[in-house]
Amino acid sequence: MLDDFFVRALLAGIGVALIAGPLGCFIVWRRLAYFGDTLSHSALLGVSLALLMDINVTLAVFAVSAAVALLMLGLQRRSAVSGDTLLGLLSHSALALGLVVLAFLTWVRIDLMGLLFGDILAVSKIDLGVIWLGGAAVLAVLAAIWRPLFAATVNHELALAEGMAPARADLVFMLLLAGAIAIAMKITGVLLITALLIIPAAAARRFASGPEGMAVLAALIGAASVAAGLFGSLQWDTPSGPSIVVAAMMLFAVGASPLAAGFRAARKTGAQER
Amino acid sequence: MLVVLQNAGAERAGRWLVRGVDLAIAPGEIVTLVGPNGSGKSTTAKLALGVMTPDEGSVRRRAGLAIGYVPQKLAIDWTLPLSVKRFMGLTARLSDAAIGEALEATGVRHLLGEEMATLSGGEFQRVLLARAMARKPDLLVLDEPVQGVDFSGEIRLYELIGEIRDRLQCGILMISHDLHVVMAATDRVLCLNGHVCCSGTPTAVAASEGYKALFGGRAEPMLAVYEHHHDHVHLADGRVRHSDGTVTDHCHREDGHHRGDHPHDPAHSHSHSPAHSPAHSPAHAHGQPHGHGETGREDSDA
Repeated sequence: MLDDFFVRALLAGIGVALIAGPLGCFIVWRRLAYFGDTLSHSALLGVSLALLMDINVTLAVFAVSAAVALLMLGLQRRSAVSGDTLLGLLSHSALALGLVVLAFLTWVRIDLMGLLFGDILAVSKIDLGVIWLGGAAVLAVLAAIWRPLFAATVNHELALAEGMAPARADLVFMLLLAGAIAIAMKITGVLLITALLIIPAAAARRFASGPEGMAVLAALIGAASVAAGLFGSLQWDTPSGPSIVVAAMMLFAVGASPLAAGFRAARKTGAQER
Repeated sequence: MLVVLQNAGAERAGRWLVRGVDLAIAPGEIVTLVGPNGSGKSTTAKLALGVMTPDEGSVRRRAGLAIGYVPQKLAIDWTLPLSVKRFMGLTARLSDAAIGEALEATGVRHLLGEEMATLSGGEFQRVLLARAMARKPDLLVLDEPVQGVDFSGEIRLYELIGEIRDRLQCGILMISHDLHVVMAATDRVLCLNGHVCCSGTPTAVAASEGYKALFGGRAEPMLAVYEHHHDHVHLADGRVRHSDGTVTDHCHREDGHHRGDHPHDPAHSHSHSPAHSPAHSPAHAHGQPHGHGETGREDSDA
């Protein structure tokens, strides 16, 4: 079954969506969308460096993303520079730097489109193993830090005062995000990772009654987007990464439509009757 | 001592937010911080909490101190699906019974299933207070706990804060959002203005030179202390039950049912003065009559 490239693509995409959903919820709650963009753009720099030094691409992407995340964490704490400007500076610098370094690597043949937009149909069995094992590790750690991380998301000072060690939770979350980006890069490409983080979470918000429920729902919506996007891609011969994002966007639109409003009203009445 | 600040100060970008604060809170003690905007009240509270580290002096907390905190500002983003029930267990695992009991005490048990983002300002404050007390803290830090609460609710919450102290025997550090209103149960008042301007019992601070100097010539009648001797209760249907057991449709002083309640001495005239409005929260900026507030709504004042 795994010999079929389409099945591998489906499993890989669903695996990535299951990681991206819960992490994406925190991105949405904490207004870190641009931050996620910056991290994923820096992934391209990681790829360039990996090719330059002939090391494992996933590890290099994780290292560069983690370094950028920690850099931003440090700069945001220390300086009064607008976080927005800082992110824009780092985001595009990392992307441009990655592209420039790639151009120097004349001896490697690079599928630039694959790096930018993903090459989900070229997923190997090893990639699948990395996604599912790595993803399980990311989700396990996220579950372990969930309480302090969520408390810090509601209010950092409150969490700090009441002994939840929010700084440590923030740090671990950044590393998880870098890890997720390293895992997901092959599937969606550096330009579309943030979409898989944010759109399912945003779509889940309208149906969720609690943070944990929203995380689960975001994972499911992401998985549905992957399935719909891949089948659409097969059907109409469209690029797979962008097709997944378009599918996610359509699910979001359905959630925002009057149809969904009726569903929510019905659920609310049901809850009151109970 | 739960927490001891010695000559503590904090600066940001070369400017001292507050300096030279000496403050110790013992179990069962209520300390209230008053002072104008920017006088370092919240900073002092954050130093005591350990949210900020002192740039000079020292802050020592008892090891293993359980803290309950009601911050001055807490924005819940719409993107966050957070029910009151989930919020109650934010930093501690609580039983449903403990959550219900705490919400009951602050009068908002019926909001258990609501989303935090949909609550009114007063409801929100009551939930914040319930959450902080449900943790059974050793030290409760309340930064303007009654902001946005209507006046009769404000008295009720002040009473509740006193009850929490009696029940949990916790120390309470409270910041008053209204610089001249201090609850009667307060053991000590610290008047801040970038430094400790004066401190002592509420009545002693009201009489002190430092307090008068800080709040000008009009300071003398300003520190209104809640003395709770309710002689009547406002019923839900708008009628009033008096201490002598009678029930009337209105609440006039001259009707013979009141006994020495809310004397209208000069101490109460300040509340109509617009000069102090900037220091008030919006809920009070329109001159809510604080002074004769022992009874809340009453119409003999006009």
